[in-house]
Amino acid sequence: MRRWIESLKELCRYPSAVAGLSLILFLIGLSIYTVITIPYSEALDKWRGGSQWQMNPINAGPVWLDRITGGNKPETLLIRSATSPKERVPFEGGYQQRSILEFDFYYDDFPSELNLFLTTKNSSRETFIQLSWITPSGAKFLLGNQRIGENERVSISQNRALESRLGLVPHIGLFAEKDEISGKAVVSKGRHQLVVDAILFGEQAELNADLAVYGRVHGFAGTDHQRRDLMLALLWGTPVALAFGLLAAVGTTVTTLIIAAAGVWFGGWIDAVIQRLTEVNMILPMLPILVMVGTLYSTSIWLMLGVVIALGIFSAGIKMYRAMLLPIRESPYIEAARAYGASNTRIIMRYMIPRILPVLIPTFVTLIPSFVFLEASLAVLGLGDPVLPTWGKVLNDAQTQSALYNGFYYWVVSPAILLMVTGLGFAMLGFALDRVFNPRLRAQ
Amino acid sequence: MTQDQSTLLEVEDLKLYYKTRRGVVRAVDGVTFDIRRNEALVILGESGCGKSSLAKALLRLLPRNIEQFAGQIRLGGVDLMALSDNRFRREVQWVRVSMVMQAAMNAMNPVMKVGEQVAEPLRIHLGWSKERAMQKAAESFKRVGVSTDFLDRYPFELSGGMRQRVVLAMALVTDPELVIMDEPTSALDVLTQASIMNVLKRLKKELGTSFILITHDVATSSEIADRVALMYAGQIVEFSDASEFFHHPAHPYSKLLMASVPRLRQSEPPEYIPGQPPNLLDLPLGCRFADRCPSRFEKCQKDPELFKLNARRRVKCWLHQGGEE
Repeated sequence: MRRWIESLKELCRYPSAVAGLSLILFLIGLSIYTVITIPYSEALDKWRGGSQWQMNPINAGPVWLDRITGGNKPETLLIRSATSPKERVPFEGGYQQRSILEFDFYYDDFPSELNLFLTTKNSSRETFIQLSWITPSGAKFLLGNQRIGENERVSISQNRALESRLGLVPHIGLFAEKDEISGKAVVSKGRHQLVVDAILFGEQAELNADLAVYGRVHGFAGTDHQRRDLMLALLWGTPVALAFGLLAAVGTTVTTLIIAAAGVWFGGWIDAVIQRLTEVNMILPMLPILVMVGTLYSTSIWLMLGVVIALGIFSAGIKMYRAMLLPIRESPYIEAARAYGASNTRIIMRYMIPRILPVLIPTFVTLIPSFVFLEASLAVLGLGDPVLPTWGKVLNDAQTQSALYNGFYYWVVSPAILLMVTGLGFAMLGFALDRVFNPRLRAQ
Repeated sequence: MTQDQSTLLEVEDLKLYYKTRRGVVRAVDGVTFDIRRNEALVILGESGCGKSSLAKALLRLLPRNIEQFAGQIRLGGVDLMALSDNRFRREVQWVRVSMVMQAAMNAMNPVMKVGEQVAEPLRIHLGWSKERAMQKAAESFKRVGVSTDFLDRYPFELSGGMRQRVVLAMALVTDPELVIMDEPTSALDVLTQASIMNVLKRLKKELGTSFILITHDVATSSEIADRVALMYAGQIVEFSDASEFFHHPAHPYSKLLMASVPRLRQSEPPEYIPGQPPNLLDLPLGCRFADRCPSRFEKCQKDPELFKLNARRRVKCWLHQGGEE
């Protein structure tokens, strides 16, 4: 324990180690927070998409990015009839209800979409509704009337009749006024009202109307083409990336090391077989094999991890470890251990491997991000895990949706930054560790 | 302690040949000797005469390139050659016969605390718990005169003499009957050598352990030796009591060797033996020392046998064919 604290102190003398360590700690903290607040099953369920995201805008950017660049784009507004003024006029067999969904709109940009979600309960016949919109200037537009079922989504944005009347898509047309100087359409600020007149059949019948005025910015990370909050994928990508990187690095390093040590210790045909396998494996290209497995078999991240480790067992590292272990095998203390009857396993595990661990730790640390990147590359190639949200999957979605062409930079940049931060953190720590463990590399 | 004078180890016609690309190296070629309980046997010889190979053969620490490993080794009446490798490892190695390696300075695992390392044989061989083994290791440390504060140190934190004592502690930790020491003091200064020799003498008296001390250092070895075996080119050429050997060497090689040991306040330069020892790959048919021997005669073309001078003295030289001096 004392030695660990001392090594840590030694490490703290290197600024790059401190920076790298804090980046890694930040990522680990983020992972723990994510796993606790968003359980795995919930994350998978949410990432599958669907109606749970229906109140989110499509392809909205991050709020903070818009605000620090001086923008004032709208966020999503949700107006619920439950909290809005209502008037009821009963008649025989039912009643007439007028709900006024009103909201103040002071943003500098138009909303991205308008949707009205209607639900009815206990109705003996289909409810009849009539919708009209009152702009801040007092202009009143009739949006149409229709019968609705129990669960109905009225997409005001797709109201073609209204669109042709306004000359613009409704979510712009309803919010626009002509600027006197430039003649362009600008946002008319003030109070908008959506009047929902409904005729309900049945004494107990109820109508609930929720108006979603979708914004152009959303949350910390924005949303994608399926209205999913990218924050979910960015958060969950962290533990997935770290776990993948760490497991793959541990898996390959440990197995490689043990195999190299066993080959060196036993020598003879065992060593020869290991060396030949390594030589064959070294020229096998890893990525195409992974692509093949992903295409033909399964893209589960755990299978990929298994294949990565399996291919990594007989990797070039064996050659390096072998070179380092060969002189150790001949050292007198190994012979002494043999003299007092230490078993082969004991000699390999307790006498040979610990000798090269110090050299190994920096390599191991710098190896972690390379596996993180490998996982991301696979996902970008479309071989990401189909159910798990990862950084690579976000990049893949962004690519298929032409995010950069459409100007959704946040969609590409945020997972890329996280990947870079991961690589940077581990690389900085690894280089500092290298200097701690290999004093010859220290600056004179 | 025990003054049991029974024979502990008997070695008869032990052979250890190595296979190399250039032929068969006869490192140990028909060695016969015995050692009693509580006796210290010094095996002397120049570099490359097969001393270390003999030590390894006794502990069955054989390299891979063995051509022949034959002969008789009996430890307290048990035929060691008949034991399987597994039984040998369990019943003999370190339990009854332990070893201090050549270059003991490097004979410790640099990444293991010395206390743990001294306790290793107990844990491996006797399956002791860590606590119990560490306790015994501490005892062993005290025995060789190292403070128990050093139990938690790493080998690099110890001085050479200290390391040598720790290696000795490791050899003694299982209370073996016989300790084989291969050049235990070769890399140490004279003062440290002397203090280690004193430790060995004390241990021999207190524990009744037998020692086989392999060395080329005639002066230091005379401190502890009860018996001396002189090796030349894979064979023992003289085997006798220490006092007889050091005062009246019998074999011509012994005489020359003793004459080549420098003495304090010696006016004439020490003598040396002309020529080189024979190549173990290609040994002469007759006496192996014949080429360098000042008193060689016709008979030396045939290989001499070990002639018995007295009850416990053997010399491999035709000059002593008659037996008694």
